[in-house]
Amino acid sequence: MSSSVETRTSIVWDYAPAPESVDHVRLKDRYGLFVDGEFRDPIDGRYVSTINPATEDRLADVAFGGPEDVTAAIQTARSAAPKWAALADLERAKYLFRIARLIQERSRELAVLETMDGGKPLRESRDTDIPLAAAHFFHYAGWTDKLHYGVNAREVEPLGVVGQIVPWNFPLLMAAWKLAPALACGNVAILKPAETTPLTALLLAEICQEAELPPGVVTILPGDGATGAALVRADGIDKIAFTGSTAVGRDIQAALAGTGTPVTLELGGKSANVVFEDAALDQAVEGIVNGIFFNQGHVCCAGSRLLVQESVRDEVIAKLWQRMHRLRLGDPLDKNTDVGAINSAEQLERIEMLVAAGVQEGASRRTIECELPERGYWFAPTLFTDVSPAHRIAVEEIFGPVVSVLTFRTQAEAIEKANNSRYGLAAGIWTDKGSKAFEVARALKAGVVWQNTYNHFDPTAAFGGYKESGFGREGGPAGLRPYLRVVR
Amino acid sequence: MIRRLPHVDRVGVEERAAQLGKRSIKTTAKQQGIRMAVSMLDLTTLEGADTAGKVRHLCAKGVCPAPTMPEIPSVAAICVYPSLVATAKQALENTGVKTASVATGFPAGQISLEAKLRDTEDAVAAGADEIDMVISREAFLAGEDTRVQQEIIAVKERAGDAHLKVILETAELGSYDHVRHASMLAMEAGADFIKTSTGKAASGATPGVCLVMLEAIRDYAERTGRTVGFKAAGGVSTSKAALHRLVLVKETLGDEWLTSERVRIGASSVLNDLLMQYAKTDTGRYGRSEDFSKE
Amino acid sequence: MARRLAVRKTYKLWIGGAFVRSESGRYDEAQGFNFPRASRKDVRDAVAAARKAAEPWAARTAYNRGQILYRAAEALESRGAVMGVPPEEVAAAVDVLVHYAGWTDKLAPVLGGVNPVAAPFLSFSLPEPTGVVGIVAPDAPPLLGLIAELSPALAGANVCVAILSENNPLPGLDLAEALGVADVPPGVVNLLSGRRRELASAVAAHRDLNAIVDAAGDRELSPELDRLAAETIKRVRHGDPATSYEDATSDALERLNAVTELKTAWHPVGA
Repeated sequence: MSSSVETRTSIVWDYAPAPESVDHVRLKDRYGLFVDGEFRDPIDGRYVSTINPATEDRLADVAFGGPEDVTAAIQTARSAAPKWAALADLERAKYLFRIARLIQERSRELAVLETMDGGKPLRESRDTDIPLAAAHFFHYAGWTDKLHYGVNAREVEPLGVVGQIVPWNFPLLMAAWKLAPALACGNVAILKPAETTPLTALLLAEICQEAELPPGVVTILPGDGATGAALVRADGIDKIAFTGSTAVGRDIQAALAGTGTPVTLELGGKSANVVFEDAALDQAVEGIVNGIFFNQGHVCCAGSRLLVQESVRDEVIAKLWQRMHRLRLGDPLDKNTDVGAINSAEQLERIEMLVAAGVQEGASRRTIECELPERGYWFAPTLFTDVSPAHRIAVEEIFGPVVSVLTFRTQAEAIEKANNSRYGLAAGIWTDKGSKAFEVARALKAGVVWQNTYNHFDPTAAFGGYKESGFGREGGPAGLRPYLRVVR
Repeated sequence: MIRRLPHVDRVGVEERAAQLGKRSIKTTAKQQGIRMAVSMLDLTTLEGADTAGKVRHLCAKGVCPAPTMPEIPSVAAICVYPSLVATAKQALENTGVKTASVATGFPAGQISLEAKLRDTEDAVAAGADEIDMVISREAFLAGEDTRVQQEIIAVKERAGDAHLKVILETAELGSYDHVRHASMLAMEAGADFIKTSTGKAASGATPGVCLVMLEAIRDYAERTGRTVGFKAAGGVSTSKAALHRLVLVKETLGDEWLTSERVRIGASSVLNDLLMQYAKTDTGRYGRSEDFSKE
Repeated sequence: MARRLAVRKTYKLWIGGAFVRSESGRYDEAQGFNFPRASRKDVRDAVAAARKAAEPWAARTAYNRGQILYRAAEALESRGAVMGVPPEEVAAAVDVLVHYAGWTDKLAPVLGGVNPVAAPFLSFSLPEPTGVVGIVAPDAPPLLGLIAELSPALAGANVCVAILSENNPLPGLDLAEALGVADVPPGVVNLLSGRRRELASAVAAHRDLNAIVDAAGDRELSPELDRLAAETIKRVRHGDPATSYEDATSDALERLNAVTELKTAWHPVGA
C-alpha cells in the first residue's frame, strides 16, 4: 500500500477562504422572552450572553426565564388556546403555510445565525437545517385540515398547552419538529430552546409576528436546565415533548410520574452503521463519514459504532481513514468547511474525557492532522479501532466526531451486536442485496433504519427511538398522534 | 465466465458528486483553478467539416489562448481526426502542445479490428503523440470482457510510444456498475488514460461518471502502483463545470494529481468561458462572447 | 380630460404554457368579449402538450408539487379582483388550492401502505398518478368549479386538459394568466374554450388520455363520454350535477382516488 494514503500530501490547489457574508443578519443587542406575541423583559429570570463557539465572541444577550416567567407564559398561552382551537382548520393551516414561506424567504439570515450561534458548518445550516425546517412547517400546515385522515378518526381535539424543550444540535429544525405538528393539531405551544442556542428560535418568533400569528399561540422561553425543569413541573401544561439526553429524559419522565401528563421523548443513541462485504464500499464510506462527522457528530442518531464485516475490514478502514483526510475543519461560516466547532466548552470536555477513556481502555486512536483555530472549541475527526463491545467508547454516547469500529462475521452476529445496546434510535445497513437489507432492517431494534444511506430526514418520514432512545414519533401522520386526543 | 460487476450505488455516488459541486472556488483559488484547467485541455475539433485551415486556427488558439492575458498557459493538446494529424503536428512544432488523434473508427467503433488497427497506424505515422481509442461497446454489452481487453492490448501495441487514452463511452454503458467495470478492464489492459466519452453521445462526463472513474483509478493505483490518467470529455462546457471536475480529482485522488500528465479535459467551447471567468476575477465585470476570439 | 381608450384583452387558449389562438380561427362571444372556439386539433395539441409534461411533473417531489400549487394560490389571491367573479368565489377557490397543495405529500400514507402478506416478503402499495386527465368543467361557479375539479388531479401528480364552461369561459381563461406566473410547468394544465359537447367528446375519444372527470352535469353528454372512454378503458368520474361547491373539499379523498393508480410491489426478506 502506498504511503501517500496515510498522511496529508502537500497542497497544490488550496481553496481560498469563502466566508459567507454576515452583514444582512440583523442581530439585536438583547432579546427578551417572546410571550403573548411580543418581546418582554423577564420577571424573575435574567439576561445571559450567548456566544459563537467558533470564536468565543459574544453575539447577544438573551433573557432566560425564571419560574414566574414560566407561570406567566402558561397563563397567556392558556387564554389564547380556545380561540386558536376554534379557528376553522384551513385558517389555522394558512398561518402555518405563512410561517413556512417566511422561513424560506429569510433562509439565508437563519442559516448564518444558526451557524454563528451553534458552530455547525454553514453548508449544513443552509442546505439541511433551514430547508427542512421550512418543509416541516409546510408539511404539517397541510395536515391541519386533514387530521381525521391522518389518525383515522371521525373527531379529534387538541390537548391544549404543550411544553416543548429542544436541544442545541439542530436548534431551528428541532423547534420546527416540535411547533409544526403541535400547532397543526390546534394546540398552543411554549418552546424552551437550548441554553447555548436561542437565537434562531427568537428569529422564528419574529417570523411568527410577521405571519400575524395570534399572540399567545407560540411562546419562546429561552433558559437553562432550571427553566426546563420548571416548565415540566408547572401547573397548566397538558403535554410535554422533549429532545435531549437520555439522562434528562429520565428525569422528566420521573418528574411527570403520577400526573397523567402525556410525554414524548427523543433521546440519545449509539447507533450502529453496519457494512456488509457486498456493500457498494465507496458509497458506504461516504455513509460512514456522513453518519458520524455530519454536524461534528452532534447528532442523536449518529452512526457512532461502525460494524464492519471482517472480510472487508481492512479495505473499509483504509478507505475511511483516507477519506477522513479530505475533511476540512475550520471556520463554520466558510462555505467549504465540512467540520465546524464543538457547541460548547462543556461538550468539548465530555468528548475529550471519553476519548481519553478509549485510549486508556486499550483501543487504538487515530485523529486526522489538522490545524485547530486558536480560539473556539474544536475536536478533530477521530477513528478508534481495536474496540471491544464493552469499552466505554462503544457503549456511551460521545456526541462528537468520534467513530468506534467493531467487526462481525455473519449477518446474525451483526444484528446481535447492533441490538446489544440500551439505545435504539437509528441504524445503517450497507449491502447491495435487497432481501438482506430488509431482513436486517426488520431485525434491528431501532426506530430509524437507513439502507445504503444515512442521516436523511424528511417531514413525511416518522423519526424516533426504541428503548432508552425514547418513545413517540415526529414526522408523518405518526407525528400528529402525540398532539391530539381522538374523541371518536 | 460469469461477470461479477462491482457494487456501485447510484444515489450515493450522485449525492457525493453533487456535494463536491458546492465547493466555493473564489479569487486566487479560482484563478489558479482556471489556469490549471486550461493547461489540461485537449482542445478538440472532430467534425466532418474540419479542414486544414480550421485546424491551424485551433492550434494557434491552443498555443496562445489569450494574448491579452499572458499568464494563461497553452493547452495540453489538440485533438483531431487522423487525416488532420499532419497539419496539426506541423502547426504545433516547438510549442510543447501535443497532437492527439482519435482512432479505431471513432466514435462508434463499429468496424473490424483490422480496420481499427490500420486507423491507429495511420495516426501514429502522421505523428500523433496521443491516441484516443474507443472500446468496443458491442463486445462489452454482450458481456465479452476478454475481447474488449484484447482489442485494447492490440491498439496499444500499434500505438507504440504514443500515449493511449481509452474511451469508455459511458452514456452507452447503462449503469455506474458498468462504468466501474469498464474502467478496470481498460486499466488492466494497459490504458495510459481512461476517458469518459467521445463527446458525440447523449451525455458525457457527468459528475457521477467522473467520480466513479476516479475512484476506480484510485483503487487500481492502490492495488498495482500504476498511475492511469483521467480525461473528462463531453458536457464540460462552462468554467464552473471544469472546476467541479478538478474538485472531484482533488478530493478523490489528491492534489498531486492536478497536472496535465494525469488529468485532461476534452472540450472546445469551455476555453472561452474559462477565459471570460478569469478576466472577471480581474476586472469584476461579467463578460461577453466577443471579448475573446473564436479561433 | 379626454376619455382614455382601454386596451381590450384578446382571450386565447392556454396550451403547453403558451397563449395560442385556436387553429380553427373561429370565435364565440361572452360578456362582450370574443373567445376562441377550440377544435379537435387544439384538443390534439393540448393532449400532446400534457403527455409531454406528465412524466417530469410526476418525477418532481411531492413537496415541490405542493409548493407549486401553494404558489398558484398566492398568485390567484393577488389577482382576485380581476377574475370577473365575486370576491367570495375567489377566496373559496384560493382556499381549495391551499387545501390540495397540502395533499400532495399525504396521499401516500392515506391511500397506500405496507401490506402484511402471509409470506416472507415486504409488500407495499403506492399511489401513482393515472397520467393525463381530461376535465369537463361546470358552468357555475365558473372559477371555483374549475379549480375544484383541477386541484385533485394536480395534487395527485396528474396533468390536465380542461374544457371550460361553454357560456362563461372567461374566468377560466383568466386563470391561465395566474397559473402562468405561478411556477406551474408548461403543459401541466391546458385550458380550452369552445363548444363543450364537441370538445369533451374529442377528449374522451383521444386514445392517449387516461381519465375523464366530468363535472358538466349534462345528461346527454355523460353517457356519450362513458361510451367513448370504454374504447381504451379510461377511468371516469361523473360529478353530481347538484354539487354546490360550497364545501368543495369534503369529498377530497374520493376525488383523489378517482385519478390515482395503486402500484403494489413485493420483495423477499431474507439473507
